[in-house]
Amino acid sequence: MIRFEQVTKRFPRADRAALHEVSVRILAGAITGVIGPDGAGKTTFLRLAAGLLVPDQGRITVLDHDTQRELAFRDHLAYMPQKFGLYTDLTVWENLLLYARLRGIPAAEGRASIDRLLTFTGLGPFRRRLAGKLSGGMKQKLGLACSMLIQPKVMLLDEPGVGVDPVSRRELWKIVQEQRDQGVGIVWSTPYLDEAEKCDYVLVLYEGKVVFFGPPAEFTARANNRTFLVEIPAEERRRLTREWLQKPTVVDTRIQGQRLRVVLRPEALVPGTPPEARDAAPAEIHHMAPTEARFEDAFIDALGGVPKDRVALVNRTASGENHHEEVVVAEGLVKRFGRFTAVDHVSFRVRRGEVFGLLGPNGAGKSTTFRMLCGLAAPTEGHATVAGVDLRKARAQARRFVGYMAQSFSLYGDLTVRQNLEFFGGVYGLRGARLSVAIRQMLDELELAPLANISAGLLPLGFKQRLALAVAILHRPAVVFLDEPTSGVDPLARREFWLRIDQLVEEGAVVIVTTHFMDEAEYCDRLALINRGKVIAMDSPDAIRNSIQSPQLPNPTLEDAFIAMLERANEATERDAAVTATGAERKGGPTT
Amino acid sequence: MSSQAVSAPKSSRSRHIRLRCVLALAQKEGYQILRDPSSLVIAFVLPLVLLFLFGLGISLDPTSIPLGLVVETRSAVTDRLATSFRGSSYFELWEADDRAELEPLFISGRLKAVVILSQDYPRQRTMGSATVQVLVNGSEANTAELIVNYVENLLQKQMWYDAEARGQPVAASPILVEPRVWYNPNVDSRAAILPGSIAVIMTLIGTILTALVVAREWERGTMEALLASSISRAEFLLGKFLPYFGLGLSAMMLVAIVTVTLFGVPFRGSWLVLTGVSAVFLVVALGLGLFISTATANQFVATQVALIVGYLPSFILSGLVFEINSMPLSIRILTHLLPPRYFVSACRTSFLAGNVWEVILYDTSLLALFAVVLWILTIRKTRLTLE
Repeated sequence: MIRFEQVTKRFPRADRAALHEVSVRILAGAITGVIGPDGAGKTTFLRLAAGLLVPDQGRITVLDHDTQRELAFRDHLAYMPQKFGLYTDLTVWENLLLYARLRGIPAAEGRASIDRLLTFTGLGPFRRRLAGKLSGGMKQKLGLACSMLIQPKVMLLDEPGVGVDPVSRRELWKIVQEQRDQGVGIVWSTPYLDEAEKCDYVLVLYEGKVVFFGPPAEFTARANNRTFLVEIPAEERRRLTREWLQKPTVVDTRIQGQRLRVVLRPEALVPGTPPEARDAAPAEIHHMAPTEARFEDAFIDALGGVPKDRVALVNRTASGENHHEEVVVAEGLVKRFGRFTAVDHVSFRVRRGEVFGLLGPNGAGKSTTFRMLCGLAAPTEGHATVAGVDLRKARAQARRFVGYMAQSFSLYGDLTVRQNLEFFGGVYGLRGARLSVAIRQMLDELELAPLANISAGLLPLGFKQRLALAVAILHRPAVVFLDEPTSGVDPLARREFWLRIDQLVEEGAVVIVTTHFMDEAEYCDRLALINRGKVIAMDSPDAIRNSIQSPQLPNPTLEDAFIAMLERANEATERDAAVTATGAERKGGPTT
Repeated sequence: MSSQAVSAPKSSRSRHIRLRCVLALAQKEGYQILRDPSSLVIAFVLPLVLLFLFGLGISLDPTSIPLGLVVETRSAVTDRLATSFRGSSYFELWEADDRAELEPLFISGRLKAVVILSQDYPRQRTMGSATVQVLVNGSEANTAELIVNYVENLLQKQMWYDAEARGQPVAASPILVEPRVWYNPNVDSRAAILPGSIAVIMTLIGTILTALVVAREWERGTMEALLASSISRAEFLLGKFLPYFGLGLSAMMLVAIVTVTLFGVPFRGSWLVLTGVSAVFLVVALGLGLFISTATANQFVATQVALIVGYLPSFILSGLVFEINSMPLSIRILTHLLPPRYFVSACRTSFLAGNVWEVILYDTSLLALFAVVLWILTIRKTRLTLE
């Protein structure tokens, strides 16, 4: 259906090719996942396939048409760019109508297919709503619907799962799977490795090169028999993650609930290998239980594992202060906007040295809770303290104990790394010698010193993220707030990021994360699931997983648990609503 | 690849213009105009604000110039003279009988000029010729010259009338020039400025209106989706152009009507002709905006460029404020490359002179030439890939 032959694409002023000698054949009637971190070349691949870019070398054919010679294949092509291509000031219906007319679909037929798609995507009730006022998930569905008006043979979808909560994401998958069953060839790009397992084929890209092309299970199988879960004492899991990673035979380690997930090099398992490889885990090896490999294990392995030099961090001893001190306390927090209650009596306590996660679908009230704790918004009711300071009474003072890293890394692209640090240090009240010492330490610790005089806008994504972290923790805050810190970041950079966070936590900082990215949730000690402004569950990731365990689902993932709990909560509120409705009816009705 | 496919390369691109596509895009643009009030503000509020600024703020006529008058010895002659000064709307008169009284005011700049009728003046007048001292602040050269001319004129007239009243022959000035100004008999600079300023305003509005629209598509990522839907350049640009053409033409008519009704500027030409010329000019201005938008693909840069390209040259070099004939040759040649120049001329002619076909046809045909060139450039600049 789509054929790439030795395709290379290079952009001006880039130090490496965006795509390098890529050859693949993508089949009809299947979902092909284009998998890779940001900057791997996913978007370039899709744009080339859509004929929006011209390859420097090689040949691309779509439905047997050479994309460089004729564009007739576009009449059968649905393309959804990352920004949806929706007009935010047009309604759902107007957007659909526009694309129907642009595609030259006759009026009556267009209307019929709009109605069909509105029903199909469940957007029917929102047809008069402006596209800009839809949630992330609904926007994706509308984007998908707009591209499907022509009954395509090929669908190219650029990161449809990003910025969408798990529930909506499942619905999107359902839509796409139905299309596939009708014989449509689908290309779905994603930075989320867990989405790979749902695809029929995967094209794994890394730095412009093809790492793997084929069924995902085949790729995952490469790490089979090499992946283990290790029982470790809970207090030491952060330290052990680092220590294990430094062993030469270990490819990857990552915390999974109360256990450590470890991937070993193939040599480590073969008897008769050189001694330095065999001493992988001398005493601990018999505590290791083999487990089923995941796509991510194979991915990290394919990239050569987490580089050891990135792990060799300064090992500072944890401060001897009381570990049970509650640094962040939220009690009955309520935030109302007019008649709408965004946050409804949310309470939790976070102790020193704890990573706490706020999970929830878009619009559940995570960000509002977050903003109240950062002192950026005042609660309508309830109270919150940060490091013992009441946010109601001394918001400005409390803010000095808080570091904030926004999802989009709010850095000044035109300023250098050092200037960014100077500016933000000043904002947080650091001056003179204290500021320059703090900056020097930060540059050393985060290994940014060689890049100190480079404009922040020119940094690769992983370094940008490092700088954003540096900015957030420059003034040594007691609490660090992270807003989806590693969404879309290369898995190696993500490992590195969390290793640094682990260190901060060991030093006694509190880290609070909001995310709907399950991978990030896994790093938390405790999670609070928020839905419609209320906390519906609060526990450790393991306990949350176990709570929905059943014979049908012996090994639930965090996402399964998340979705099950949301569904349960929504059913409950609907039942409540039904009860109150019937109650009202009874009261108002004639008495017998 | 089959030979049939080769014979029809890029088939979906070279297709003739599909009216449905253009209308769909134009309708979409129309919805956006209605929902995002900024275009409506640019089209209707901004031109009126500018028109009022031009109409009320910029005036090349002197009024209420503070002028001192020192009469050292009063007589019937000096009284008559003082009365004519008082009656002039050009001056705000400060009177004194001692020059020392007004001197500090003149030095501090409060008074622009002082006219001194010396002790001897009434006597000199009876003798025939008289000397009058006029102190003028030369740091404002234009005003100074104007004052001197005016005072001279006034004194001469006075003398002439006096002599005539006494039945004496006028010795000093045998000829008195009685000027007659055509087209703008009151030499009201507002009547001269406003029709021209309409042209400048429309250049600005037209350019800004469309400067945003292509850049917006690129910035919001909708361009990518449009490109993938096999739309042609002409369809895209026409869909962008038509709604703003309607908007621009209504803005033009609004401004013209306000100029005539509120500011009392005469309109001697034909509305139909003015509409026609405006339509041609809007093709140029909107085309310029589209070109800027296409070339920059960034809304912020596009507005900056539109302001600089659309406003400054048209204000300074179109002949609206500064007379083109008094510019140096190189600049004069440059003005021929600025479309607003021709529209200023066409507007002025329509308002003040009427349908002078020679002027209007010349201006319109040059504007049409600009339109063709600009649109060719814009079409060539419009990309159909993301390269």
